[in-house]
Amino acid sequence: MSHYQAPVRDFLFVLDEVLGVSAYGNVEGFGDVGTDLATTIIGEAAKLAEDVIAPINQMGDQQGCHFENGVVTTPSGYREAFRAYAEGGWIGVSADPDHGGQGLPHVYASVIGEMMASASLAFETYPGLISGAIEAIERHGTPEQKETYLPQLIAGKWGGTMNLTEPHCGTDLGLIKTRAEVKDDGSYSLTGTKIFITAGEHDLTENIIHLVLARIPGSPEGVRGISLFIVPKFLASGDSEGSMEVTRNNVVCSSVERKMGLKASSTCVMSFDSATGYLLGESNKGMRAMFTMMNAARLGVAIQGIGVSESAYQMASTYARERCQGRALNGPAKPNQVADPIIVHPDVRRMLLTMRAYNEGARALALWTGLQIDLSRKHPDQGTRRNASDFVALMTPVIKACFTDMGFESANLGLQCFGGHGYVSDTGIEQLVRDARITQIYEGTSGIQALDLVGRKLPAHAGRYLRSLFHPIDSFIQENGEDPELKDFVLPLAKSFARVQQATSWIVEHGMQNPEHGAAGASDYLRMLGLVALAYMWARMAKISLSQIQKGSEDRQFYEGKLDVGRFFMARILPDTSSLLSKISSGADPVMRMPSEAF
Amino acid sequence: MKVLVAVKRVVDANVNIRVKADATGVELSNVKMAMNPFDEIGVEEAVRLKESGTASEVVAVSAGSSACQETLRTALAMGADRAILVNTDMELQPLAVAKILKAIVDRENPKVILLGKQAIDDDSNATGQMLAALLGWSQGTHISKLLVTDNEVEITREIDGGLETLKLTPPSVLTTDLRLNEPRYASLPNIMKAKKKPIDEVIPEELGVDVTPRLTVLKVEEPPKRSAGVKVSSVKELVEKLRDEAGVI
Ligand SMILES: Cc1cc2nc3c(=O)[nH]c(=O)nc-3n(C[C@H](O)[C@H](O)[C@H](O)COP(=O)(O)OP(=O)(O)OC[C@H]3O[C@@H](n4cnc5c(N)ncnc54)[C@H](O)[C@@H]3O)c2cc1C
Repeated sequence: MSHYQAPVRDFLFVLDEVLGVSAYGNVEGFGDVGTDLATTIIGEAAKLAEDVIAPINQMGDQQGCHFENGVVTTPSGYREAFRAYAEGGWIGVSADPDHGGQGLPHVYASVIGEMMASASLAFETYPGLISGAIEAIERHGTPEQKETYLPQLIAGKWGGTMNLTEPHCGTDLGLIKTRAEVKDDGSYSLTGTKIFITAGEHDLTENIIHLVLARIPGSPEGVRGISLFIVPKFLASGDSEGSMEVTRNNVVCSSVERKMGLKASSTCVMSFDSATGYLLGESNKGMRAMFTMMNAARLGVAIQGIGVSESAYQMASTYARERCQGRALNGPAKPNQVADPIIVHPDVRRMLLTMRAYNEGARALALWTGLQIDLSRKHPDQGTRRNASDFVALMTPVIKACFTDMGFESANLGLQCFGGHGYVSDTGIEQLVRDARITQIYEGTSGIQALDLVGRKLPAHAGRYLRSLFHPIDSFIQENGEDPELKDFVLPLAKSFARVQQATSWIVEHGMQNPEHGAAGASDYLRMLGLVALAYMWARMAKISLSQIQKGSEDRQFYEGKLDVGRFFMARILPDTSSLLSKISSGADPVMRMPSEAF
Repeated sequence: MKVLVAVKRVVDANVNIRVKADATGVELSNVKMAMNPFDEIGVEEAVRLKESGTASEVVAVSAGSSACQETLRTALAMGADRAILVNTDMELQPLAVAKILKAIVDRENPKVILLGKQAIDDDSNATGQMLAALLGWSQGTHISKLLVTDNEVEITREIDGGLETLKLTPPSVLTTDLRLNEPRYASLPNIMKAKKKPIDEVIPEELGVDVTPRLTVLKVEEPPKRSAGVKVSSVKELVEKLRDEAGVI
């Protein structure tokens, strides 16, 4: 049995009590899901994560993917687990019911995503990329393309990939060289090399649908000349007698990367040699098509960060209660044993509480963002849709970078709780550190998220996006500032809120003179905004918990736990905002002064 | 042929049980709950009877608080056709549950009712037997194999030293053991479909059942911790220790 137990109670707390999802019955998809159904869905997904997927995670890391003659074999247990996942209908959680999906709101897909990432980040990449392909085809495909690909992808019979990166371009996709030349029948012929393609080749599905960014000759330079194509591994063509012929397309995996972690997820070099492709969406609008899916995909990666962090916390907190070393400083906790469990030590508690405060705060904020994605697409009221979409635009880079950074930090703290036993492989926690590391890189590095925040999201519409976060925080402080019971929460929130407003003004003002002033502090500003948003979630959770305790809730222990962790966050994590403010307002000079040659 | 299957909401099998500080019971707050694993086996068996064409309808029943709806939803998602919740916040002991189930059986007239051999929370292993006595039906307990035909129920039970095969005359009360089957995971599409299946609610009073507890719990405490073992150097020493120290031979 694996160690992982899905935090079902906490998911329900966030959905029901913090976000109040039951109030959105008028929004498409929500009306169908009552609390009891949500509980069943989460409970069944939890079983799959705990009993089927978590048990293959460690072995998957040890075995890795095997590559021979263009064929990739996934580790043992992967095929069976994938089949259970696909047959359970979990790939099409929020896909369109017309093509076999379940049409559930995004916020539930986020809950399920976290559990699967906790169970096995490497495994989750396979269904995760299929979901990405489904979303792309749902939004940009022609009716025929939808009919051809969606049912197969949703059923998990076919896999999906995203082919963006090339050897000379990762962040800067304007440099893409892969060519797509139109053929007589209207299809395209693609030639080029893509690298780092997750799930580019594997043995889990009978076909793989590659989504590929490429340039049609004669298109404008840079990102404005890039189009998106569907390139299936196997092509099916019908003849006049109605029989189908299946041919292998000229796209092959030429090697698989050896890498730090995520070893059971195949990371492939893909060679396209006059491969047949079909335009998805409009020509030269490929980047825009990618951008429409970006928010959901980046939220997905943010949630991977939380998933790994939760798993690390569970391992470390269990270990800290069992491992006995040293004595509690104020007298033995277990006088009849030779030593106390290490959970008595302040430094161990500092590590565990940091992890826990990240996890629970981030979970609430990520699900809030997931909910806003739903509202931005489906709420009947236009004003609500716009406000939700502003919030998503603002928070996507923040949570992508902040939660993946925290996920890695947290996995690392978890390892530290194990001491040397964490550094050796058997306990399984060192795998989490290695696996978590990629989340800070793919789907746009943390640094790029910070530039997106400072360079695009802050200035957009004269700061309108920022107001979608600042207004609710401001009114919360106004409404609860006088409440003596909430003082430990509202006061620190108000202080950090003032600081982030100061930082914002600094960046806006100085960034106008010299953009490097903004860019130099962008990562710090992103972290700061993330911490303040988390503080706001913690204050809301504290308010709910206090009122539940006053009402005499049976779950007193749960709510008291929330208050304890929330107090730790306010006292021990949020104060970082003050050092971040000093860093930001030191401007570009300390980082730009030294000439590049001097490095 | 109609099959009734009883399901109980219990603390999840993976949870480490903690006794309440005041020794009145086990900690239930902030604890993950799930369907009793033996009942899952019961639901699976009932659904297989339906899939093989033997059963025409599968009805799941649970007695307890409104939260049991979740457990019933799981049974519906696994393939039960409809569900009945006997809603009460009273503590339910095996006899009370047996009486409730008898009242439901009287209403529904199933040919077979499946229960878990025990619930993993209080491990009573009593409800099925009590129900059979109250109904005056044949009973097959701890079954690891089941064959239902028109006028016969053949079961296999695991007993000390082997397997026992019995033929019962229906209607029968059957209680499931671990090896009867491996329950399926409910798929998401089936969970979504299950929301359209009806859950009827009744209260014990409507069934004319008095559920007042007959047993009083005096105290609940953790089992004593196992102390460390000792290594012996020879069989002789082992025998001596077993005789002189443990006093077991
Ligand atoms: C395991 C794995 C799986 C992957 N899966 C996929 C996949 O499925 N599909 C796919 O297309 N790609 C995939 N990638 C590629 C991944 O998205 C890229 O590695 C990532 O976008 C970064 O690009 P790069 O590696 O070229 O780094 P570079 O772009 O070279 O960046 C190097 C460093 O410079 C910084 N930097 C770059 N430009 C700027 C700038 N303008 N301002 C400030 N800093 C900058 C970056 O933040 C980074 O720290 C995967 C990578 C890995 C390792």
